[in-house]
Amino acid sequence: MTVIEVLAPGLLTTVQDLGREGFGPLGVSPSGAADPIALRIGNRLVGNAEGAAALEMTLLGGVFRFPKGALAALTGSDFGATLDGADLPPWTSFKVNPGQTLRLGPTRSGARCYLCTQGGIAVKPFLGSASTHLLSGLGGYEGRALRKGDVLKMGDSGIPNCPPYSSRALSANRSKKVTPKILERLLPRKILRVTAGPQSGWFSQAAEKVLYGGTYHVSEEANRMGLRLHGPPLPEGAHGAMISEGVSLGAVQIAAGGMPIILFVEQQTTGGYAKMANVISADFSSLGQLRPRDLIRFECVAFETARKLLMEQETLLTSKDLIVETT
Amino acid sequence: MEQEPVPGVRNLHPAYCSLLVKFEAFEWRHEELERQLRKYIGRLSKVKLAEPRLMEIPVCYGGEFGPDLGEVAAMHGLTPNRVIELHASATYLVYFLGFVPGFAYLGELPAELVTPRLLSPRRKVPAGSVGIAGNQTGVYPFETPGGWRLLGRSPLEMFRTNRDGLSLLSIGDRVRFVPVSRERFAELRPA
Repeated sequence: MTVIEVLAPGLLTTVQDLGREGFGPLGVSPSGAADPIALRIGNRLVGNAEGAAALEMTLLGGVFRFPKGALAALTGSDFGATLDGADLPPWTSFKVNPGQTLRLGPTRSGARCYLCTQGGIAVKPFLGSASTHLLSGLGGYEGRALRKGDVLKMGDSGIPNCPPYSSRALSANRSKKVTPKILERLLPRKILRVTAGPQSGWFSQAAEKVLYGGTYHVSEEANRMGLRLHGPPLPEGAHGAMISEGVSLGAVQIAAGGMPIILFVEQQTTGGYAKMANVISADFSSLGQLRPRDLIRFECVAFETARKLLMEQETLLTSKDLIVETT
Repeated sequence: MEQEPVPGVRNLHPAYCSLLVKFEAFEWRHEELERQLRKYIGRLSKVKLAEPRLMEIPVCYGGEFGPDLGEVAAMHGLTPNRVIELHASATYLVYFLGFVPGFAYLGELPAELVTPRLLSPRRKVPAGSVGIAGNQTGVYPFETPGGWRLLGRSPLEMFRTNRDGLSLLSIGDRVRFVPVSRERFAELRPA
């Protein structure tokens, strides 16, 4: 069995795939990768099904030893990775020889970096997904972030079309990288596109001017559950408590004090704050790369525009030209 | 919608008086799906629901398990024992599950017990804690942050991964709380 030894876990490293959708009636939020674009591309680089489980690192990466080697790729933000001391380019697959050590450091760009390995990370699926949900301690590796000394199994992720890792497959694999011109168009944005939220009608035009005219910064309270923002407060009025209802990923809730909170992948499934806007699906991955103190703005678009942007993104993500072999 | 699923609908979040429907944007335009869902609403009265189950949940009230019992009693001019009696006297309806896996929103509290939530939520509420907020009550399935006022603790596991249906409570269940002693609490607690 091929394994990854965790020599240092980094700040917050969890097993994630594309999440478990469909269990809202039980109060289970989908969880899953904070930057699904990075996860999907990383998996393609190592020949996995794009939803295979991988390691999601946050702000500071870990140190990992591969006793039996691996085919791996790092995607998302640049955490200054080295393999036995040699620099590794991001968005490119690489071969790890048995006994080599992969070392990641503090981020040089956004919040999250993904380590994808051929065969995926093997954990017992919970409700059909390997994703960790930290708040409830479910899924992933023992329902928690990785610790020093953990040993992760690879190669039996239980995902269809995800070949088990083998040295033979490895030698047949040439290094692959992402076409820069396409990648450019998939990178995270700081101007987040939103559609109107379920309670947008509760807010005045003055409030709209504040939300769409102002610059907000991401506070230190930004995690997989949500991102609390600081910036111009929305005028008093409709914000405050209401009857609890379902809340969607990317909802822009206006809490007491008039400050927005963006709900994220480990969000609670229901809540009682007014939702003035909702980040569009095409910009979910951008949320996953936001760091505390990053500056962001909101731009309101129509539902139809949001749908068009998602489809354009999907076309890029599934295009044959996205990934090319390197020599 | 569980009985007759709509293709391309990926998740449902029922709540008190709303249903959030998450759908695949590649398959549906917003207004097209809305038209489809309005047909379902037109047939609501014809949907057959399962017979409600009556579930009993043992609770050890007060002490370290119910740190807010005394304050809630004082706020309403009641004795702690009367608060327990009232909380355990009602039969509650499971309106929906939300917040975290297996957290059932139960209502309605007897009018004498309606209490606002804590001004500032606790960072850690132990698993099994039984709380009240407004006219609702519920049991925390996991140790999470929480702003409900805590009256006691149940030894039962509200959500576990090896149970059929995962969650002890389902939408539509009727629930009663049964006061138990500390000794009985310890006996009922899973090993």
